[in-house]
Amino acid sequence: MTLLEARGVVKRFGGLTAVNGVDFSLDEGRIASVIGPNGAGKTTLFNTFTGIYAPDAGDVRVGGRSIVGLTPDRITTLGVARTFQNIRLFKNMTVVENVLVGMHARVALRLWDVVGHTPAFRREEGRSVRQALDLIGLVGLSGKEDALARNLPYGDQRRLEIARALAVGPKLLLLDEPTAGMTQGEARELMAFLRRLISEFGLTILLIEHNMRVVMEISDRVTVLDHGEKIAEGPPAQVQRDARVIEAYLGRGRAGAAAP
Amino acid sequence: MTDVPSPSGPTTGAVDVAPGLQRWRSHPVLLNVLVAAALFGSAILVWVVPRSIIAFMAFQASLLVIYLLPLDVRTKLAWAAVALGVLMPMLGTHNGYYMEVAIQVGIFVALALGLNIVVGLAGLLDLGYVAFYAVGAYLWAIFGSPQAAKFLPIEGVFPLPAPWFFAFLILGLAVGAITGILLGLPVLRLRGDYLAIVTLGFGEVVRVLANNLDKPWNITNGPKGITPISRPPLFFEPALSALGIDAPPSVLYPLLFYFMVLGIAAVVIVINRRLEGSHVGRAWEAIREDEVAAQAMGVPLVRMKLLAFAIGASFAGVMGVIFSAKQLFISPESFTFLESIGVLAMVILGGMGSIPGAIIGASAVTILNLQVLKGLSLWLNELRNSGLTVLGYNLADLPSQFEPAKYERMIFGMILILMMIYRPAGIFPARRRKLETYHRGEEPAA
Repeated sequence: MTLLEARGVVKRFGGLTAVNGVDFSLDEGRIASVIGPNGAGKTTLFNTFTGIYAPDAGDVRVGGRSIVGLTPDRITTLGVARTFQNIRLFKNMTVVENVLVGMHARVALRLWDVVGHTPAFRREEGRSVRQALDLIGLVGLSGKEDALARNLPYGDQRRLEIARALAVGPKLLLLDEPTAGMTQGEARELMAFLRRLISEFGLTILLIEHNMRVVMEISDRVTVLDHGEKIAEGPPAQVQRDARVIEAYLGRGRAGAAAP
Repeated sequence: MTDVPSPSGPTTGAVDVAPGLQRWRSHPVLLNVLVAAALFGSAILVWVVPRSIIAFMAFQASLLVIYLLPLDVRTKLAWAAVALGVLMPMLGTHNGYYMEVAIQVGIFVALALGLNIVVGLAGLLDLGYVAFYAVGAYLWAIFGSPQAAKFLPIEGVFPLPAPWFFAFLILGLAVGAITGILLGLPVLRLRGDYLAIVTLGFGEVVRVLANNLDKPWNITNGPKGITPISRPPLFFEPALSALGIDAPPSVLYPLLFYFMVLGIAAVVIVINRRLEGSHVGRAWEAIREDEVAAQAMGVPLVRMKLLAFAIGASFAGVMGVIFSAKQLFISPESFTFLESIGVLAMVILGGMGSIPGAIIGASAVTILNLQVLKGLSLWLNELRNSGLTVLGYNLADLPSQFEPAKYERMIFGMILILMMIYRPAGIFPARRRKLETYHRGEEPAA
């Protein structure tokens, strides 16, 4: 079943068309990647999927429901979670608090429960904390629950961002350059982890990635953007051989000589 | 930052406020004797020399001692109850000025805690906070005085009978919250400096409205202000007489206001703590840290920001009602921009986003203004009038521009500057909650 579907998505910033009529669809339980040179419109496309930008034209559907015009928090409650290209953790909050914020929309408490410390509050808070600890363990940050997010090493911050996104309880996970700044070994570890998420939690994952080895290894499908337009799409092996893709990355004239 | 478990566990319920003092926690008897000595010693000192500011400051310092020593929470609360519930009213009755200081401190503690939610937790810089205080104050001032009869065509109802005051406390809460939402709605999309400017304007608009709404209908009586404002009934007077205690109203009213302010401040502190330690407080802090990320994690920005404005404003609304009843007279001059800045200074001085910080900040600034700087300028004035000669210069020859009273604001400003340079995070900076203080489904720690 199609979980995410975009039709003719257009996003302009003044005179610049960052995303121009992109169609995209992603089936449940799959893992897809969006690649393209810098400034190709990958993150902008992500932002239209998560409601940070409203598309100027076209439609985005999650689970068959149009999300155009919804605020990001509403889209999140529909089961879409994301990480950011430049890590955007709540820096002055602890690891466990970061994850707990991700659960915000799932906490069914009224103000009175909080102020009155009702049994419902204790139950919900206890449940949230236990789940948060599970997620922290899942991404391998156990023992660092009380550390401030800004004091974590870079790789741990990336893990924490994923844990926070998982706390939302997503069906679809959007990861914007998750292996940026990682060694090849760390990237491999992360890929194994993403595969586990799909098999164990039935997640669907969409990546923006620059690390081609990662992309080719893990993706079911690869979509290539250039200057805001989709220039190729398909299984990794096929995309890899596509003349237009090679041209976009390496420039005209050298395309024939330098196939990766 | 560290994996080492903190020395304070939920079982003992102690708060690790002063890590350096932790090693004394195994000597509770000694600590309690110390607290008793400080508290009763300073209280007796105030009783014997009621005019000594230093004696009263020693009493205030002993309250700080209770907070800082590593006693368990229940013991601390018991000592605080003795100090604030018994000793302070006695001392305040002995010297009425100290009661006034205590009431003002209580009012500003509640205001600072309200603003702390908006500025400290949610990170929304509000420079017009006093507007909500004004709304509460005018609410009771108008209906608790003959003023309402000037624009409402009803005869013989106003001023409302004194017991209505208590209904207006709730009404002040509600109207404060609504005003908070009214301010919040247009500024939802604004951040940082822009938000600050709009809230500043809002504060001024409320003051100017109060100043000018004496025509075409005389609602606020303009710059002349409103008086006399009804005070709440002395409902406990018959009970006191039955016990054989006869005290004049001049003693009973300050006591009533003192206990009301104390009670409301205590409730405000509890509400603050509970909000801070819940998904609501975490959502506010997430908004402060990164609005975009917070929203992407499912935090509804609009609702949470409005909630912050509404709750912060409601505390100010309630305290406004009390303020107008206590003062008997209010005018727009009580609600200037400087008042907003004053409350903000309390929050920043104490430590943004920190509840103990807001409390100590409000207390320190109020005591500094009402007591220390006043005392200092009185003392300097005395020196001057006595014709003391320093380095061959007779102080009596100082031109009037150098009058000590004029130094007050300057010294206050200098203290602020020095604090921001040497302790930018405030007196008691916000601390992160440790995992063990979170409920995990078991019985929570106190």
